[in-house]
Amino acid sequence: MSEPTKAPPAAAGRAATKKELPEHFKAYKHVWVFIEQERGQVHPVSWELMGAGRKLADKLKVDLAAVVIGPPGEAVQHAAAESFCYGADLAYIVADEVLGDYRNEAYTKALTDTVNTFKPEILLLGATTLGRDLAGSVATTLLTGLTADCTELDVDADGSLAATRPTFGGSLLCTIYTLNYRPQMATVRPRVMPMPDRVEKPATRIIEHKLGLVEEDIVTKVLSFIPDRDSAKSNLAYADVVVAGGLGLGSPENFQLVKGLAAVLGAEFGCSRPLVQKGWVTSDRQIGQTGKTIRPKLYIAAGISGAIQHRVGVEGADLIVAINTDKNAPIFDFAHVGIVTDAIRLLPALTEAFRARLSPHSRDRIAS
Amino acid sequence: MHIVVCIKQVPDSAQIRVHPVTNTIMRQGVPTIINPYDLFALEAALQLRDKFGGEVTVLTMGPPSAEDSLRRALTYGADRAVLLTDRFFAGADTLATTYALATAIRKISETFGAPDIVFTGKQTIDGDTAQVGPGIAKRLGLLQLTYVAKINEVDPVARTIEAERRSEGGVQVLKTKLPCLVTMLEATNEIRRGAMADALRAARAQIVTWSAKDAGVEDISKCGLKGSPTIVKRVFAPSARAEKATIVDFANRPPAEALIEELFKRQPKLEAELISSAHGF
Repeated sequence: MSEPTKAPPAAAGRAATKKELPEHFKAYKHVWVFIEQERGQVHPVSWELMGAGRKLADKLKVDLAAVVIGPPGEAVQHAAAESFCYGADLAYIVADEVLGDYRNEAYTKALTDTVNTFKPEILLLGATTLGRDLAGSVATTLLTGLTADCTELDVDADGSLAATRPTFGGSLLCTIYTLNYRPQMATVRPRVMPMPDRVEKPATRIIEHKLGLVEEDIVTKVLSFIPDRDSAKSNLAYADVVVAGGLGLGSPENFQLVKGLAAVLGAEFGCSRPLVQKGWVTSDRQIGQTGKTIRPKLYIAAGISGAIQHRVGVEGADLIVAINTDKNAPIFDFAHVGIVTDAIRLLPALTEAFRARLSPHSRDRIAS
Repeated sequence: MHIVVCIKQVPDSAQIRVHPVTNTIMRQGVPTIINPYDLFALEAALQLRDKFGGEVTVLTMGPPSAEDSLRRALTYGADRAVLLTDRFFAGADTLATTYALATAIRKISETFGAPDIVFTGKQTIDGDTAQVGPGIAKRLGLLQLTYVAKINEVDPVARTIEAERRSEGGVQVLKTKLPCLVTMLEATNEIRRGAMADALRAARAQIVTWSAKDAGVEDISKCGLKGSPTIVKRVFAPSARAEKATIVDFANRPPAEALIEELFKRQPKLEAELISSAHGF
């Protein structure tokens, strides 16, 4: 672990807003990732954040710690042990009976107490319904800065967290700093960061922290949990192939063409934000900054212009294919392959052509 | 029952344009709307008031022109509107915003009665942070129910609320005590068409307008840009990828064939992967 290096002289202009970090914050060190686990399952975004956190910690030459909060038992211990395989140098565990189900009061106390005791300089959480509920409460309790839905995290020359996110409804990007407060907090949506490789490692340093709450202290009670029916779940965020449509399709009826191609490819279907706003497609199918972020092997965007808020949700795809009548559409700035034609005419032909190419018969041809 | 609904006036994002040279937002002429997510909060509040009686107070922080959105909220049937406006609030991040709004809600509480529920939308369409609701709750010491899909029951006598909260992979049914803060999920209700009487009332209504001092802000350094721990260092447009998209030429053949050929040429393994994906192997 390195000692905090002296801040370089402040640059002129806007960067000069940086003051010396207040004395009581200088003890804040190390990068933390909140490991989100519910009902025994760790949300994959936690491991994605471990990958991002590892890079920040290496740059800062500090430790990367996982923070696991939950009920006492196997699940929490396992999540902590697993965090070492995703790059943790140490793990904190807050295990208590009152932490069985996620409840804001108990989890906020657990995380703020741990932060106040062990003083991290950076704290990352997944931008899930749980993570956003918790991060907002924790940041307000700690009176520190919180940057939501970051698409890029880095540390600059003087060791400050540079958190980049889309702004103004996704039309521009901005880089946000929390210069004079600690910890510097940020949330990141699932699938924005790549999943790091899992490398078998022993769990070395685990620190248990006591919560000191009893059930009577917590007003909110969980009456029940109703899991989503499998049929209602979309696997959009984790799909290998995704086909999506945008306003260029012209009508909700034409959106069926997207579903048709998706069916032939064994793909998930999605859409851009305007289609959700128009009520053509349900919001769980929205791809982009305010919807799902995807990282498929193949992404086909039909009639989508490619606004930034859409772009940040699909940039992790291996191969982006854009179909658009406007050769100047911004989607051609980040697609790998483009075709300038009307998606309404191309999609049925493409569906048929893929159907022919991908028949079981063709599979034999490839295997032989 | 007294319900406070926090709303925000936002630019209609569909019409935002970025200046191609300076990379700044061109605000001129962009119409403003009530943040669409807030309408679900407002409707949920109005339904509770209709059921139990009482009043709905809408609150916003913004420039004087934010009065437009408050009047719009009155046409839907809100009983009272409070505008928090002061140059000291300008440039606030979410932490400074929650300080100002929480201070104003305390003042509303002293002036018009303590709220039983404070509603906000899930998030705004311009900031998209979803941080302000939880922040207000924390500052006021209120219990919070976020991402609420459905309010099952409110018992004003026992002072309890039961609601369904969207969580990862399912719905949590939660019961907590009033007063509390609720952030409503989208598509959970539909904002009513206001009655003619409400439209007439809205046009004439006095909007309660408070400066920072009026609202009881004691520490101006906690407001606006000064009270914001986060600093926006850089605003920029993303660059195009270095390598341009390959545009498929289909002069001599069916476009679908040309496109598929290009894809399989680029990624030779793709065809086999797609076959297994298509047949669920």
